[in-house]
Amino acid sequence: MAQVSIRKVVKAYEGNVQAVKGIDLEIADEEFVVLVGPSGCGKSTTLRMVAGLEEITSGEIWIGGDVVNDVPPRDRDIAMVFQNYALYPHMSVFDNMAFGLKLRKFPKDEIKRRVDEAARILDIQALLERKPKALSGGQRQRVAMGRAIVRNPKVFLFDEPLSNLDAKLRVQMRTEIKKVHQTIPTTTVYVTHDQVEAMTLADRVVVMNHGVIEQVGPPQELYHNPATRFVAGFIGSPAMNFLPVRVLDDGGLKVELANGVKLAVPPQRVDRYGPYKGRQMTLGLRPEHLTEIRDTEKPNVVRIDCMVDVVEPMGMETLVHFFIDGEPVCARIDPVTHSAPNEVLPLAADLNNMHLIDNESGKVV
Amino acid sequence: MSSTTATAGAVAQARRTSLHRQRAWTLKASYAVLTLMVVFFLVPPFYMVMTSLKSSAEISAQQGNPWIVQHPTLANFAELIANSNFQTFFVNSVIVTVLVVVISMSISVLAAFSLTRMGFWGSQTLATGVFLTYLIPASLLFIPLFQIIGKLGLINSFWCLVLLYPTLAVPFCTWIMIGYFSSIPRELDEAALIDGAGYMQMLLRIFIPVAMPGIIAATIFAFTASWGAFLYPLAYLYTTDQMVLTVGIVSDLIRGDVFQWGKIMAGCVLAAVPPVLIYAFLMDYYIAGLTAGATKG
Ligand SMILES: Nc1ncnc2c1ncn2[C@@H]1O[C@H](COP(=O)(O)OP(=O)(O)O)[C@@H](O)[C@H]1O
Ligand SMILES: [Mg+2]
Repeated sequence: MAQVSIRKVVKAYEGNVQAVKGIDLEIADEEFVVLVGPSGCGKSTTLRMVAGLEEITSGEIWIGGDVVNDVPPRDRDIAMVFQNYALYPHMSVFDNMAFGLKLRKFPKDEIKRRVDEAARILDIQALLERKPKALSGGQRQRVAMGRAIVRNPKVFLFDEPLSNLDAKLRVQMRTEIKKVHQTIPTTTVYVTHDQVEAMTLADRVVVMNHGVIEQVGPPQELYHNPATRFVAGFIGSPAMNFLPVRVLDDGGLKVELANGVKLAVPPQRVDRYGPYKGRQMTLGLRPEHLTEIRDTEKPNVVRIDCMVDVVEPMGMETLVHFFIDGEPVCARIDPVTHSAPNEVLPLAADLNNMHLIDNESGKVV
Repeated sequence: MSSTTATAGAVAQARRTSLHRQRAWTLKASYAVLTLMVVFFLVPPFYMVMTSLKSSAEISAQQGNPWIVQHPTLANFAELIANSNFQTFFVNSVIVTVLVVVISMSISVLAAFSLTRMGFWGSQTLATGVFLTYLIPASLLFIPLFQIIGKLGLINSFWCLVLLYPTLAVPFCTWIMIGYFSSIPRELDEAALIDGAGYMQMLLRIFIPVAMPGIIAATIFAFTASWGAFLYPLAYLYTTDQMVLTVGIVSDLIRGDVFQWGKIMAGCVLAAVPPVLIYAFLMDYYIAGLTAGATKG
């Protein structure tokens, strides 16, 4: 029922600190968009401007076809879930969820019907009479979501809703949130600093940094085709490896690592990287594209020998850390492959998935 | 190997007992000090009650233990309650105090709410200013206030007290309420705003219930300040029909050098009844409110 448009929005706090520096974002109806970025990058500020809790310095915010710049939060038809739950401590779970409906003068039986329905979806029927302090963290989070659901708003806003939960519960509630969105498809803007949460929940991920949007796209696209070095390094865990290289023509286009090893650029990338010949660039390669040597070799996979520093067995895979000319590098290898610290391990670098980053602009070329 | 573990165990054991002993000692010491305090504070009320139950003859008698009543009598109370002056004082005190509490609390709750939550220009400075007014000794304001009351034509009218006491109670009550309101997480107001509450609904349905312990603390302060004040009624009121309890008991029951000790003490006991009742009632509520875990849902 509602698209959200953010157009050239700027937020400056006192002292002319720009928290948000002119962002544009179109969110489709029923879309689940996640704003992700490091702490202090302006995610919450953006969300709070959509909610109407923060004034907009310049630009426009549209919800469902109306400019809402000057509309107070209660008339924007949005619901918000906060990191610390923000439940009313003196009210029962039922009253917490019913509060918004009571203020809007809904009839009693309608309120009861909606609260019961939300309680059923969130599996908190047994808790309706309790006070918030008698609930666990996960239950409080459910109630906070219930309070949003009962209002049946145009837009759901979440500000780091899972950050106060322990790791296990966080994963469980993540699935829960996704399920709720599938049950009640509603336009959703979700803020988190956790890129795993962003990847798993989002239809589209918005990566922010220093008050600007670095890249917008579906999780897979962000992962495989990052637009900037920041996005490349932020999305994915363990993070992408970055190595300084020089692009040169040595019987075919190659990149030369700091230690003198030359890697041939795959033919399909030669046109793309050709213009950077002679330049000092950064090579980006994800740990999963740096593996043990496999029998069935694909083209453009080259061998690199490394001196293993630390081995981290993860179960389904093993992370191997080493250095290439002082730069830390991580590889993901099969757990059955033998690897031990201070031993030489031959690795296969899959250059079909390489990224080349312009050091000056920070853009992936 | 096993011997070292044994030693380590013994050390831990010794540390535990020494901790235990320290704790026991601290407890005994605090009980001793507390007992001393309780006795110290309860002696005057005890003597007051004892004296109020004695006849004038028994009070002036030189023999016997002055701390014990030989022939208890309620004559002092009966005479006092039938005394129309005393009735007037009591009613005046009640009117003044109820109005003062209502006025002070309304002003300070509204002031604290707007100062902490509306964030208008200068609200920080104003909040500090409110606290600074509280630091000015009340006795310094005595003469300027007398002039103001005089100009208003309210000298010798208990309405002047209804006007005066809030000026003394509001700064402190506001200060208490600012503390309580600031401890309420901002997300709570934002959730309420989004849920559709206006400022007034936010105050009435969220802030006041959540800050109940603070409101009760401030109410007790305003009540005590008004009920027990002596200086202002002594200076500003002089006729019986306008007088309040504190000064009334003393001025009415001391004629020249005749002290009607039995009745004075009975008057004091009666005057102490409302505060005791209110403390008892509100304290229960106060503690219930505290344990109901107001902030941090
Ligand atoms: N009320 C405020 N006054 C001044 N600066 C603020 C205020 N709120 C946030 N900021 C600043 O704006 C920037 C973005 O904050 P925020 O949106 O909360 O970041 P995050 O992405 O962690 O949610 C931060 O640098 C923060 O210090
Ligand atoms: Mg934030």
